[in-house]
Amino acid sequence: MRYAAPATVEEAQALLADDADAQVFAGATDLVPQMRAGRPAPSLLVDLKRIDRLTSVTHEDGRWTIGAATPTADLTRNEAFTAAFPGLSEGAGLIGSDQIQNRSSLGGNLANASPAADSVPALIANDGQAVIATADGTRTVPAAEVATGPGHTSLADGEFIVEFTLADPPAGTGDAYLRMIPRTEMDIAIVGAAVRVTVDGDTISDATVVLGAVAPTAVVVPDAAAALVGASVAGGTLDDSATAALAEAAEAACDPIDDKRGTIAYRRRVAGVLARRAAAIAVERARNGA
Amino acid sequence: MSENTTTRRSRTHVSCTVNGDQVDFLADDGTSLLDALRDELDLTGAKEGCGTGDCGACTVLVDGRINCSCLMFAPEAEGCDIVTVEGIAEGDHLHPLQQTFLEGAALQCGVCTPGFLVSAKALLDENPDPTETEIRYALAGNLCRCTGYDKIVRSVQEAAVQLRGAAR
Amino acid sequence: MTITEDRPAYKWVGTRPIRHDGYDKVVGKARFAADRNFPGQLHGAFLRSPHGHARILAIDTAAAEVMPGVKAVVTGADFPDLPVGNPERDTGINLMARDAALYVGHVVAAVAASTRAEAEAAAAAIEVRYELLPVVLSIDESMADGAPLANPDNRTAFSGSDDPSNLATVTPLERGDVDAAFEAADVVVEREFDTAWVHQGYIEPHACVVDVGPDGRADVWASSQGHFRVRSQTAAVLDWDTARIKVTPAEIGGGFGGKTTIYLEPVAALLSEKSGRPVKIVMTRDEVLRATGPAPASKSRIRIAATNDGELTAIDGWIGYAVGCTNDMAGFVGAMSVASYKFPNLKMEFVGALTNTPRSAAYRAPSAPQAAFAIESVIDEIAQALDMDPIELRLKNAVVEGDLTSMGGPHPRVGFVECLEAIRDSEHYRSSVPEGAARGIGTGFWFNIGEQSSATVNLNEDGTATVITGSPDIGGSRASMALMAAEELGIDVHRITPVVADTESVGFTDVTEGSRATFATGMAVVNACRELVEELKARAATILGVGADAVEWVDGAAVAADKDPLPLAGITAKAKGTGGPLTVTASLNAGGAGPSFAVHCCDVVVDDETGRVEVLRYTTAQDAGTAIHPSYVEGQMQGGTAQGIGWALNEEYVYDDDGTMLNASFLDYRVPVASDLPMIETIIVEVPNPAHPYGVRGVGETGIVPPMATIANAVSRATGVRLSSLPMSPPKVLAALDER
Repeated sequence: MRYAAPATVEEAQALLADDADAQVFAGATDLVPQMRAGRPAPSLLVDLKRIDRLTSVTHEDGRWTIGAATPTADLTRNEAFTAAFPGLSEGAGLIGSDQIQNRSSLGGNLANASPAADSVPALIANDGQAVIATADGTRTVPAAEVATGPGHTSLADGEFIVEFTLADPPAGTGDAYLRMIPRTEMDIAIVGAAVRVTVDGDTISDATVVLGAVAPTAVVVPDAAAALVGASVAGGTLDDSATAALAEAAEAACDPIDDKRGTIAYRRRVAGVLARRAAAIAVERARNGA
Repeated sequence: MSENTTTRRSRTHVSCTVNGDQVDFLADDGTSLLDALRDELDLTGAKEGCGTGDCGACTVLVDGRINCSCLMFAPEAEGCDIVTVEGIAEGDHLHPLQQTFLEGAALQCGVCTPGFLVSAKALLDENPDPTETEIRYALAGNLCRCTGYDKIVRSVQEAAVQLRGAAR
Repeated sequence: MTITEDRPAYKWVGTRPIRHDGYDKVVGKARFAADRNFPGQLHGAFLRSPHGHARILAIDTAAAEVMPGVKAVVTGADFPDLPVGNPERDTGINLMARDAALYVGHVVAAVAASTRAEAEAAAAAIEVRYELLPVVLSIDESMADGAPLANPDNRTAFSGSDDPSNLATVTPLERGDVDAAFEAADVVVEREFDTAWVHQGYIEPHACVVDVGPDGRADVWASSQGHFRVRSQTAAVLDWDTARIKVTPAEIGGGFGGKTTIYLEPVAALLSEKSGRPVKIVMTRDEVLRATGPAPASKSRIRIAATNDGELTAIDGWIGYAVGCTNDMAGFVGAMSVASYKFPNLKMEFVGALTNTPRSAAYRAPSAPQAAFAIESVIDEIAQALDMDPIELRLKNAVVEGDLTSMGGPHPRVGFVECLEAIRDSEHYRSSVPEGAARGIGTGFWFNIGEQSSATVNLNEDGTATVITGSPDIGGSRASMALMAAEELGIDVHRITPVVADTESVGFTDVTEGSRATFATGMAVVNACRELVEELKARAATILGVGADAVEWVDGAAVAADKDPLPLAGITAKAKGTGGPLTVTASLNAGGAGPSFAVHCCDVVVDDETGRVEVLRYTTAQDAGTAIHPSYVEGQMQGGTAQGIGWALNEEYVYDDDGTMLNASFLDYRVPVASDLPMIETIIVEVPNPAHPYGVRGVGETGIVPPMATIANAVSRATGVRLSSLPMSPPKVLAALDER
């Protein structure tokens, strides 16, 4: 196994073109445990962290650009980013310990394609776009289209995520991400729920609900969003019928598995609970930010 | 761009700073930084408790930030400033955390202690006056099975008081 | 806080000096098992069974032996076949399978190669043909009529039967007339419980380096709770003379009972003998979880009778332990653990049942936590039924000196009542329960053991001292040895160097288990010091020119009438002229280890939509006899409590139907992290043990016994539904809430 640290996207593309067995990595926080558990070692490790473009965060012309290998600690510490996307910042900040936070990245979290990835639901809820390096250029797809199933992505051989772009949220928008874990830290989510709402006056005018760990990929739940749109938030809280409909839609959208971390019934039930709770936080943020 | 194309055991020459000293070593490309520190440099303070980033016993500072050295490939250290538990004392003066850990009985078996000290140092370097909750979350990536964390948290609190006093 | 009975004033005992071995540990210099490399060493790796139970038909190592870097390969055929009945036969079979693999992860072959990667690659290239056998994974499966045998080798201990059986032990206990008592009872509560397999979770994986020389002598470097046991087990498993083996103790990175037996050393020894090179083996965390020491899963049924005024009149029930793939005394030891209450009528049966899971190992107060969880839960339910304060109910029934233990003998002086009173009177218990929370009480004890220890105390030329013992220091015992020596000799504790010596440098010492190190090895140190003091007085008499009877030893000096006090350094300086070196070795087989009781109190909140339990506040009171170094007594109380909280809430082995562990990592085997826990408040209760010169009771193990019931009782009171299955993980709590 060889190691290479290209300085540019183009160098990385060339390395990958030369070696079909090469593997890109940023933090290796999933790759190393997987190799220790028996995943075959690649012939070449391509470290993306020495490419400036992959570790920079910029905000220009109403758009954020987040290098795919940027340590998530850099996002949670970035006050402007966290103010714009508090839920995404929360989700990114939940990936492992402080040690892991200095290595983990949005790109790695998405490309590892775990259904339980903590940063992914809020990335999708905020309509994050993934810029992907191809053999001879780049292409851009919604972040929601990258993971296709546990451990599987739509990335072709030799492709890797360069950066994500996010449009500034409209005025009156708030997002939130909550996850259920048995401990307070260090666990993989049994259920995750991201909610983004935009409030116009006392009414929710737009909403997105994305669940994690309850299906083969993070799942966008239009019915749950529909339950929120048009709901009144007068007085600062969602009305009961909207929260009930939201929870019901969230439960219905679940297609979970029984595994060592949780049961189907538990995941479904808690998905509704977290969707409700995340929506309440998102509404509060939207009103405070409005 | 650094690349190594030897066929069988590909070894990379790594140049970095460890505990203030410029060091050079050769490491297999797939070797972890932890194994390189322990086997090439004989710095065995950092431990392998899990090898998967879940216990924090291998915690070291890389350019001032805590990392699980078991998750880092040795060649990644090129040009970095690495600090291990062996490097946090100043000469023969223990770091206040080392002293408060001793006085506060914050270690029993002591195998997790190097990782805790490095993590706690990083916390106090950034946040000189953390709450108990902030300390507990900052140390959540370091497992201790002996102490129940009580005396560790108290020792970090005491060191924070001392460091703030010294800074005044 | 410490609550102490009247006792002599001590100068050193009960103080909190910095531990002697602490400096090396905070600067990274302390050498644990994996921290040493021998020149020219090879690295070992294992091939482990992927099957839960399978006959080994053939092992082909030919391909592995010619792989790059490979220097030696061993299989079961390289090990002697010890006769059935040899106490270490099972130890040997567990560390290298012979006719059959008995669990997923059972070692079937080992390789030594130049690098670990080469050894692992070669181990993977070994081909094994298996014939699959039925797998037994639970107590129910093990005890079912016509159940397949988990291990055909097994015979039920003490039964006199030579028939193969899945039962390890069957231990009945009976006194009084249980039937009549239940007939006459005002209140009867009966409930069934179960608990999962849990692991000790020490952070340091097992590791060793073994160098067998051309003369056949083995130099072993390893961490363990007892290097003399490493020596004796290695010798027994290999059928070698004990004198061929020297074991040097590394610093031990946690054991909690799990390092009272061996897994690696004989394999490394054979690989070293074959290759002529030192061999280092370091387990991965995955191997640690799959193939070492879980504590038994359990299943139990407990029924307790009480009168309306709170007298507990009878207990009957059954507790079964799933002990893993070889015979084990878990059930027998469990029978000793129902001795907290007077119970005039008692009828219990304790069973150990074999399963195709890793051979279980001791875990802090082995077998007691499972029993205490069940019994203390039922007692709490009785308190609820009687609308009685849970501490008052226990105070009415708590054992005192002279009351019967479960095995029939009388309790010595114990501090259970004092611990109950300490919690009852604590600020925590007297405070109101926080809004939305509930409070639980639980108790437990561990009987502790004595066993054999040796100590040598050397006085140096300048009046400093070296205290040499054979008890590995797993949590501050060196400091305790030095404190007791300082008290006896009257010199500063930091003028004493406490050392844990190798098997060739100190007398035989049993493994550190049963909370015995400070008690028993401490007694050996005290005895050696007292003999030294007599010798010092005799030397002083010579120097001062007075009669031997005229000298007293006061605060580190010989004192005789009309003479200036002669300090210890004045005597050691003249050792050569007064009879030679001042050194004494003491050894003993200690009796009189006093039981240590604890009472715990906690406040919890339960998220009734997710089933998540948060521990808000926790207080523990425990009888330490006398706390030699109170900080490390508190540390034992806190550490045991934290492990118990993990056992209560989230720790469990998850197996698939074939016996493969699905959560063999610290990511998914969820030990508590710092943010999971509150401060753990401690109240040291000191009811001195009359059998120890300073009143010491072992304190290491008791702390893990009460937490499961303490938390279950709090959760049950918070939710109104009785939690009877461990761990009380969120899905289980939510399911219980649904059944309300």
